Amino acid sequence: MTESNQQKKNTGLVVKLALIVIGMFGFGFALVPLYDVFCDITGVNAKVGVEAATAQDYAIDPNREITLEFVTSVNGNTPLRFAAEIAKMKVIPGKSYRVNFSAENLADHGMIGQAIPSITPGLATKYLKKTECFCFSQQEFKAGEKKIMPVQFVIDPELSEKYKSVTLSYTFFDVTADKYRNN
Amino acid sequence: MTAAATTHDEYHDHGPAKGFMRWIVTTNHKDIGTLYLVFALVMFFVGGIMAMVIRMELFEPGMQFVDPQFFNSMTTMHALVMVFGAVMPAFAGLANWMIPMMIGAPDMALPRLNNMSFWVLVFAVLLLASTLFMEGGAPAAGWTLYPPLVLQGGNNLPFAVFSVHLLGVSSILASINIIVTILNMRAPGMTMMKMPLFCWTWLITAFLLIAVLPVFAAAVTMLLTDAHFGTSFFDAAGGGDPVLYQHLFWFFGHPEVYIIVLPAFGVVSTVIPTFSRKPLFGYSSMVYATASIAFLSMIVWAHHQFTVGMPLAGELYFMYATMLIAVPTGVKVLNWTATMWKGSLTFETPMLFAVAFVVLFTFGGFTGVMLSLAPADFQYHDSYFVVAHFHYTLVVGGTFPVFAAVYYWLPKWTGHMYNEKLGQLHFWLTLFSFNLTFLVQHFLGLAGMPRRIPDYAIQFADFNMISSIGAFILGASQLLFLYIVVQTIRGGEKATDEVWEDAAKHGLEWTLPSPPPYHTFATAPEIK
Repeated sequence: MTESNQQKKNTGLVVKLALIVIGMFGFGFALVPLYDVFCDITGVNAKVGVEAATAQDYAIDPNREITLEFVTSVNGNTPLRFAAEIAKMKVIPGKSYRVNFSAENLADHGMIGQAIPSITPGLATKYLKKTECFCFSQQEFKAGEKKIMPVQFVIDPELSEKYKSVTLSYTFFDVTADKYRNN
Repeated sequence: MTAAATTHDEYHDHGPAKGFMRWIVTTNHKDIGTLYLVFALVMFFVGGIMAMVIRMELFEPGMQFVDPQFFNSMTTMHALVMVFGAVMPAFAGLANWMIPMMIGAPDMALPRLNNMSFWVLVFAVLLLASTLFMEGGAPAAGWTLYPPLVLQGGNNLPFAVFSVHLLGVSSILASINIIVTILNMRAPGMTMMKMPLFCWTWLITAFLLIAVLPVFAAAVTMLLTDAHFGTSFFDAAGGGDPVLYQHLFWFFGHPEVYIIVLPAFGVVSTVIPTFSRKPLFGYSSMVYATASIAFLSMIVWAHHQFTVGMPLAGELYFMYATMLIAVPTGVKVLNWTATMWKGSLTFETPMLFAVAFVVLFTFGGFTGVMLSLAPADFQYHDSYFVVAHFHYTLVVGGTFPVFAAVYYWLPKWTGHMYNEKLGQLHFWLTLFSFNLTFLVQHFLGLAGMPRRIPDYAIQFADFNMISSIGAFILGASQLLFLYIVVQTIRGGEKATDEVWEDAAKHGLEWTLPSPPPYHTFATAPEIK
């Protein structure tokens, strides 16, 4: 093989391999939306959408009851006293319920919070439909302000019979700094 | 091109450039191989010193020598330095030295790129090491750099991220070079299925590297933008998910362990036949097993995260897929054993390291199968059992074969025989102290001792002391290795061209003089 022939062959292969490298770098970023889509379809990872579900009528089976538990926490040093008005309740799938949560800003300055929901077991996530939730938007608190925040939800009767109890948890994050940085 | 063509005749005769600049500007595969190996040896001692700090602190319960932040920096940096600074460059050095000589090529296909990939590596590691001296210290969130913890690390994060980028660039350039060399530069008659297995395993490793390193680069870029540019890839408050990072990391991280261990398989598959005086048993099955391991390694990553709250179906898939890797690995162990079966065996130092590799790596493989069981993993997760497991696979799987390779080819590289008695002493000391260090860690882990914690409950005291004593002996034994290597470079009994009995049957490199001239196979050899 002549020298220049070899050179050409090498260059061709290098270009192909470089394309693989660039493609895989892009694939790394493409995994971010792909991961969200995957979690959305399968409902794994208990990642809850932040859009409101549209209200709809379900066939109600009054004999079926599920225990719904509420867990509240704050991330790191977020200065909020955050609680649900009840710790747990019996719900009938298909019926709409309203539960109030309260949060009080313990700091002597204003802050902005964002609540992130999570549902256990993960596979029940997509059956808990919220038509109204304080987690759909950031919540602004004045110094010392206390807010009562409602959640309106319905459990889709399609939820597998094997789940007798479902936990809905909220974690409040302090996003004050993020807010000012982004603006 | 014309200048090169006119000086073509002198080209074959001239030796290395004189003076220090030789090592900076060299494009010779042997020089660059040496640079890689020396760099790896230096980093092996740097990472080793960090391990000594860890074992010193863990010698007794309570806080003795270092503060917890620095302890965590040490565990993080020990892993990064050993993986990216010592083991990977060592195999890159072996690839540079040996692949052209094994396939009958005059040099690597892209010699200038070769020089660049080495020097980028040096700067990458210096950048990483510089974090040790900055305010707030080196990264301390573990080598996996999980958010949100790693985002709280302060100024070291951008340095660590850029260092990972550069390490990636270096490895990717080296990989492209190796693939092009193997696919395009083989001597006439050197068909793919006649290539030594070391070339095959490196070819597959290089493809793994270019497939997964860019994903890791993307993941750490996202860490950087999360920390400094207000994105929320991994920030739950902004709608991101920290678990996503774990998926991205392990999509790279699991193949990474095979990136370390596949070239090692190649070394062992080269050493065992020579000292068994038989051809390798099941050559083609070795090639297919290597390829299957590489493929499987890319689809099992989430077994590192069984405890993140995956649904049952996910746990089952990753559990069974992981166990499947035991099949091609079993094929390899069987082939190595069958190669030795009824061979006329001798146990020089390279063979000792290779046989120890087969036995101990299988042991590490078995603890891997234990860890792959999702329900059991909840107990083992982040305990010293995991630490013991991956040291049995990475120290035995990474450094033992590098020792085997160095003892095997050092006479070829230098033209001098190493001191066999000292080599064997080095082996037995290493074998004994390695097991003393890590065997007991299995039991510590099963009893509940967590990893990455500088203090521990009093009931773990005895085994930790044993482990630390083992580690000190292991560390000190490597000074003997340094002495043997330096002694062999400086002089010693002249090595023959073949070095080992009938070695010429096992590879083209043994048909060359010891040491080989600066330029070899300028005219391609004839392969029968």
